Amino acid sequence: MADLKSLSPCAGLLPLSRGALTLEEVAWDPIWSVAPYKGQMQDVSDLLNAALGVGFPVPGTWDGDANVRALWSGLDQAFLVGAKPPAGLTARAAVTDNSDSWACVALSGDDVEEVLARLVPVDLREAAFGIGRCIRTQVQHMACVVLRDAPDRFVIMAFRSMAGTLVHELDVAMQGVDARKPA
Amino acid sequence: MRITCPICGERDIREFTYKGDAVALDRPAPDAGDEVWDEYMHLRDNPAGVTRELWMHSGGCGAWLVVTRDTVTHEIVGVALARDVEGAVA
Repeated sequence: MADLKSLSPCAGLLPLSRGALTLEEVAWDPIWSVAPYKGQMQDVSDLLNAALGVGFPVPGTWDGDANVRALWSGLDQAFLVGAKPPAGLTARAAVTDNSDSWACVALSGDDVEEVLARLVPVDLREAAFGIGRCIRTQVQHMACVVLRDAPDRFVIMAFRSMAGTLVHELDVAMQGVDARKPA
Repeated sequence: MRITCPICGERDIREFTYKGDAVALDRPAPDAGDEVWDEYMHLRDNPAGVTRELWMHSGGCGAWLVVTRDTVTHEIVGVALARDVEGAVA
């Protein structure tokens, strides 16, 4: 029988650094999509809170810690990262395993906001987009999830099939910002 | 041009996809007759002024929006979630 090796979405592409900017892969596993059925939002949130200590996130935010996170990922939809959905959730929400289907990368460094300003059409400066924010938007023309989890660190998620493009776009922007930094 | 999504807040036009006149929210009954269905399918007004349109926040939360827009000035007068608008099909 063939001995299959698993590869992460950004295997062979990351990590990389440009000056003080670093781009590295984030190994988030598992990732579950949770989309509450009509009228079930509160029950779903209570169930998640009781089992995992994170509620269903308010639109535009994420909640949790380094182990278990709930990321808002669209209209009436969230991603549960780092934990299996609790028993009973499937009666109240559409639950789908999204593990392995997202390329998740962390961009960090002092000028991280300037890098993303070249790619994302949303104000991501700290005053408008602090720690705990998480939105759906675009990196160039690619659908993505962007969240901030430290003053100088963002996590960007794009479809796994677009991992190469995501890394390329971020790398070009990182080089542009780094090259213009006064010596 | 920017549209204020009721879920995501004010966003750039490139995140949105245009569908067309919001007539699609008022689908006639199946037995409404050929004339009514012909009008629903094919006939549209082309107003110079305020019009109701369907847009999708495809580059964001994915919600369908009813956008009230002035075709002369491109001013956006109002934005609502399509599912909250009376007559919207579930």
